[in-house]
Amino acid sequence: MSTTATRPPETPSAAPARSRRSAAAASVRRALPAAGILVVIALIWEAVSHWFGVPDYVLPSLDRIWRTGVSSWSGTLASATWVTTKEVVLGFLLAVVVAIALAFALHSSRTVRNAVYPLLIGSQAVPIVVIAPVLAIIFGYTITPKLIVVALICFFPIVVNTIDGLASVDPDLLKVMRTLDGNRWATLRRVEAPAALPSTFSGLRIAATYAPIGAVFGEYAGSQNGLGYVMIQAIPQLETDLVFAAIFILTFEAILLFIAVSVLERITCPWAREGKR
Amino acid sequence: MAGTSGSPAGNGAAGGAQTDTGGATAAGLAGPAGTGLRLQGVTRVFGETVAVSGVDLDLALHGRLAIVGPSGCGKSTLLGLICGLDEPNEGTITVIDTETAAGRLRRCAWMPQRDLLLPWRDVLGNAALALENQGMGRKQARDRVAHLVERFGLAGFEDRLPYQLSGGMRQRVSFLRTLVAGKEVLLLDEPFGALDSITRADLQQWLRSALDAEPRTTVLVTHDVEEAILIGERVVVMSARPGRIVAQFQVDLPHTGSRRELIRHPEFTELRDEILSLLEAAA
Repeated sequence: MSTTATRPPETPSAAPARSRRSAAAASVRRALPAAGILVVIALIWEAVSHWFGVPDYVLPSLDRIWRTGVSSWSGTLASATWVTTKEVVLGFLLAVVVAIALAFALHSSRTVRNAVYPLLIGSQAVPIVVIAPVLAIIFGYTITPKLIVVALICFFPIVVNTIDGLASVDPDLLKVMRTLDGNRWATLRRVEAPAALPSTFSGLRIAATYAPIGAVFGEYAGSQNGLGYVMIQAIPQLETDLVFAAIFILTFEAILLFIAVSVLERITCPWAREGKR
Repeated sequence: MAGTSGSPAGNGAAGGAQTDTGGATAAGLAGPAGTGLRLQGVTRVFGETVAVSGVDLDLALHGRLAIVGPSGCGKSTLLGLICGLDEPNEGTITVIDTETAAGRLRRCAWMPQRDLLLPWRDVLGNAALALENQGMGRKQARDRVAHLVERFGLAGFEDRLPYQLSGGMRQRVSFLRTLVAGKEVLLLDEPFGALDSITRADLQQWLRSALDAEPRTTVLVTHDVEEAILIGERVVVMSARPGRIVAQFQVDLPHTGSRRELIRHPEFTELRDEILSLLEAAA
């Protein structure tokens, strides 16, 4: 402590390679209980459908659903999955763009906030199941009404979370920015926008699970292909196994989208994960 | 009220003979002439609460002033007023040559107690923030601060994110960021308040020499009397609400000694006891 050069012992962070490997092991360990529950549910499902005399049109067995899925994959399910995936992904992206632009506008101007925020909340009060047929009338059996329905369902959690994130910046930090010659734009770009990123991702994760629901609503209202279309055709025929196959594909899609968003979050804001451990 | 108690010259540098120009000559150099800061009758009221009342202060260019006082005495309010984040209800504040809030904001850098680093920027990125705000390109700004990193004890940590640094290092990055802004006036609001006592002692010593190497007009707000005497060439004692100046002390201590030697110095202990007893009376 006698010279300026002397510093207290610093704590360098742990070797990154080792921590990454143990993190992978930890995430596998974390996933085990959930996998266990899934296995139990599947076993009960199989037992009920095979040995309790439940008819196939009520609860088809998992192996039957699998066989139906495989046999009708190339005929119907593949193209239906492709159509629905397009609707989900494009609708989701539309929601992201609109929501983030809206959030920045709402954050930056009090006038815009006062004018638009009530409408924003009102938009969520509109029952989308009811809106979807109207959109189908307006736009026909095209992809457009599906994109709008998906975007309508998805954009709200993104807007709200992004606005919260933008407003979450420490007021003292905003003052520091002013004394560091940061104007409004510099503060938005260098402080508020990056600070909002983790909460935007929270909104995106919620939206990712909503998106397939929106696509199915859109297809129910009027369509010529897609997983929702397949389901609405199969239900009157009591092809319950095909309905379940479509449901599983939709679920899988939602999970994939969720994982994609989470991976993107890890890549873009590695700093945000540290505090959460 | 504002009694100035110049300590009798011990074996310290005979720098503090004049009270008005602060310790501008304390480093043994002829300090640059001119006003760093001038506060005249500054009062700030929040609703019913008088936060700061009738504060007069003068600080020469490159002078170092430390303000101590019980919590709630308006020390932080005073810094906010000086740097132009806030306007007084009464009185004028002159920073170098300007009285307007925008002008003061241009000339002052403010460093609060918490480091408030941007967690997504590494050490260089955080330090270069002001340069980027001033319009410099990202790469160029990083290059500009890169050579300063060593002097701040951060060499080898350029690419670390704030969460990978110790508290003391983060505070040094914060201080580097403040200095890089190139402001004439530094306003430090309990910069080491959140640190453990060992790190704090180390950084006090480090700040002393950093300011010797690169003199700036500095106002340090603290509730740590030792810190005030170590950093300040003049120490101002404020009373609790309404915050007003109770006394001013000139610090005449040898300028080269280490922190530990200084703290044992009889003049140091005498001054510390005097300020402490004043603070007790004021609280």
